[in-house]
Amino acid sequence: MSALYAQVLLNGLMLGALYACIAVGFSLVWGVLNVISMMHGSFVILAGYLTCAAFTGAGIHPFAALVPVALLLLLLGYFLQLGLINRVVSQPVLTTLTLTFGLDMILYNLMNVWFEATPRRVTLDLGRLEFGEVVLPLDRAAAMVLALAMTGLLYVILRGSRLGRAIVAVRMDRDAAALMGIRVPRVYAATFGLGAMMAGACGALLALVYPITTNVTGQLLGKAFIVCVIGGLGTVPGALAGGLVLGLVESFGGHWFGPQVAPLLGFALMLVLLAVKPTGLFGQRGYE
Amino acid sequence: MKPLLEVEKLSKHFGGVHAVRDVSFTIGSGEIVGLIGPNGAGKTTLVNLLTGVHRPSGGVVRFEGVDVTAQRPHEAARRGLARTFQIVQPFPRMTVLENVAAGALFAGQAGSRAEAERLAAGYLAAVGLDRESQRLAATLTLPSRKRLELAKSLAMRPKLLLLDEVNAGLNTSEIDGALALIRRIAASGITVVLIEHLMKVVLSLSQRVLVLHHGQLLASGAPEAVMRDPQVVEAYLGARFAARFAGGDAKSEASHG
Amino acid sequence: MIGAAVSRTLGSRGLPWVAGLWLVVLALSPLYGDNYIVKIATFVALYGVLALSWNFIGGYAGYPSFATGAFVGLGAYAGAICQNAGVPMIVAWLLAAIIVAGVAAAMGPVILRLRGHYFAIGSISLVEIGSVLASNWSGLTGGGEGLNVRFLPGGPDFIARFFLYAMLVILVAALATTIAVDRGRLGFGLRCIAQNEDAAEMVGVPSTRYKIAAFVLSGVFCGAAGAAYASWVGYIAPADAFSILLTVKVPVMVLLGGAGSVLGPLIGSAALVLLEETVWARFLDYHQAILGAIIVALIFFLPGGLLGLRLRWRS
Repeated sequence: MSALYAQVLLNGLMLGALYACIAVGFSLVWGVLNVISMMHGSFVILAGYLTCAAFTGAGIHPFAALVPVALLLLLLGYFLQLGLINRVVSQPVLTTLTLTFGLDMILYNLMNVWFEATPRRVTLDLGRLEFGEVVLPLDRAAAMVLALAMTGLLYVILRGSRLGRAIVAVRMDRDAAALMGIRVPRVYAATFGLGAMMAGACGALLALVYPITTNVTGQLLGKAFIVCVIGGLGTVPGALAGGLVLGLVESFGGHWFGPQVAPLLGFALMLVLLAVKPTGLFGQRGYE
Repeated sequence: MKPLLEVEKLSKHFGGVHAVRDVSFTIGSGEIVGLIGPNGAGKTTLVNLLTGVHRPSGGVVRFEGVDVTAQRPHEAARRGLARTFQIVQPFPRMTVLENVAAGALFAGQAGSRAEAERLAAGYLAAVGLDRESQRLAATLTLPSRKRLELAKSLAMRPKLLLLDEVNAGLNTSEIDGALALIRRIAASGITVVLIEHLMKVVLSLSQRVLVLHHGQLLASGAPEAVMRDPQVVEAYLGARFAARFAGGDAKSEASHG
Repeated sequence: MIGAAVSRTLGSRGLPWVAGLWLVVLALSPLYGDNYIVKIATFVALYGVLALSWNFIGGYAGYPSFATGAFVGLGAYAGAICQNAGVPMIVAWLLAAIIVAGVAAAMGPVILRLRGHYFAIGSISLVEIGSVLASNWSGLTGGGEGLNVRFLPGGPDFIARFFLYAMLVILVAALATTIAVDRGRLGFGLRCIAQNEDAAEMVGVPSTRYKIAAFVLSGVFCGAAGAAYASWVGYIAPADAFSILLTVKVPVMVLLGGAGSVLGPLIGSAALVLLEETVWARFLDYHQAILGAIIVALIFFLPGGLLGLRLRWRS
């Protein structure tokens, strides 16, 4: 019995690490730019497709593909923000959300045409570890560790680098930051780029453990919403905590109430939280 | 004099910060009362507690004998408890006339939008804004916005009007105009509470003054008496000045500061 | 708001006239077009209903609602389930409208406490929740397989016309309600809320009650239209009924036409449906990308909506 729960716990943690990694970039963009990026799920899937294509087409190992794929997404995000989203960034949510949704429709459609919407996956078969009855597939374990590492990397970037400090400054007070000589549009672009980069890294990892298909872009986006509401906006520790909570809730909920109910629990938790504590379980702090 | 507003042991804390602590007073029907205090004394918080913007942490507010402690702002407005904002809050994309009509329709006695606009025109004339009635509220100058705010409150047909720093940001001649207007409002039978940090305004208009300091009621009474109260002087000007002013025993008063 | 200004310049007498003329054009489509044209007219009416509905909460109250897909999906399922249980079709539509109104009234107090981005997320998640529920509650909804609805007996001409006029009736109801709200206390109060909610409360607008009223109004006609749609197409599935695409497309239509006015949603929905029909016919593979590009272009070039264009030309 306890082994069973240990397994459910382990699955929840692995899922949670991925959710955290998916949501942290989305949360960064929302927290700093005050923009809900409807493209986030498609960014993840685009990176997944690219990773699969690199693997099947050129035999590139997904771990090796992760960095260039993430950088590619960084560039895509940077220029999208600089060229388009920056123009409406201070408008109400209806405008910015609709714009990113329109952009997402374009990306989604192009992916369906390029990759023909067939689910793909990278199968590495790294073996598994067994602790008594608890099984830890190593490909999943690697994805979890890398997801946590990427999330940690973003934390380090935000805390330690010049860019990170500029992002934190803009988040706290855009006008003051502008007066101090920070070029706010560039910082916005870099922030959106970093968000896309995190989505890219996640997509490369996702290709290891789940089939990549455009059908799930909306679900991934939904997870990012929920994680942000649970963990509060715009903090790396918040996204991490929110991701783990969601992973555990889905894992245990699926175990107790059946796998169909699991996705509902996340939304139910989110609605309850929105009703009682819109700043998230862990309150709202700065991005440092 | 019948009490219009009774406040008993009203408190509000935000987390660990006590913005208002155990404040009690009454306002009689027809009075003009000044509520003064240094910046950060809790004046605006108190107004927010009286009009339902914040829910008090403790204490009771009664309006015309009815317990209104838990009321929502729109209920306060309909009861005849109107307020202006320190930072004026017009509906920016409506005309000046529509702004005032909103007050007449939702809190005043207008039965229809047409009637509300007709009444609104009268209130605009009363505050001297009739020539601007078709302009969008967002395009008004600051003194005009303050007048608009007043007209909007008057259109609500209040019994008690809380004027939160209506004179802030105005120059001397604009203040004189505003004072004349407030006198006329009071003369029409509306009870007025002036929330101010400008002494001149309070002293020239108020029959009675309440002094708030660090969220507590420090003194209350006739304006001249209150102004001579060493505690009040200290709160405004600091302990050292108060010591000189009162001639010595400031040490014992320092605990108030 | 620019749309509202134009409505004012058209005058209160000109307004129903223009809308009425448009209804006549749609209603006469069987006379000048084949069944394909009638189908397009029906879609124009359907989206007109959805756009007018969204306008209550999104346009007048200024709350960025993305709940349209949830209302339509719920209405479609409620109508289909009632109909399959033997309830006569039109009664099933009415029941669907009532059920959606009830759900909106129940959800309203929860999600209308939220503002801005949080409200947007809360309302969009209603669509996801509906879709997950419909997929998993197989006993009632048929799960991922979807649900068949009994077809209306009759020839294709009759069916095409029947559903055109059914949609038009719902459209007229939504339009009449819009005009009543626009001229009445509720519309005025909602405009106050949209411009400054705190100040609205302070002049006596019961903002919570008004917002819930707007939310319920934005649901009730969607519910009826969703149920009618389900009867029309005869089959519904979770992802189509609870559509994220729909939930964003409808606000786009209103933005295109001008939010917070009577005519704006009608113009915007008609323009987008007609545009989509012409695009759809030619570039099936890139349909969605082109629609996305239209949305992007709209955001950048038409901030005041189509009605705003006229105003800009005049000034």
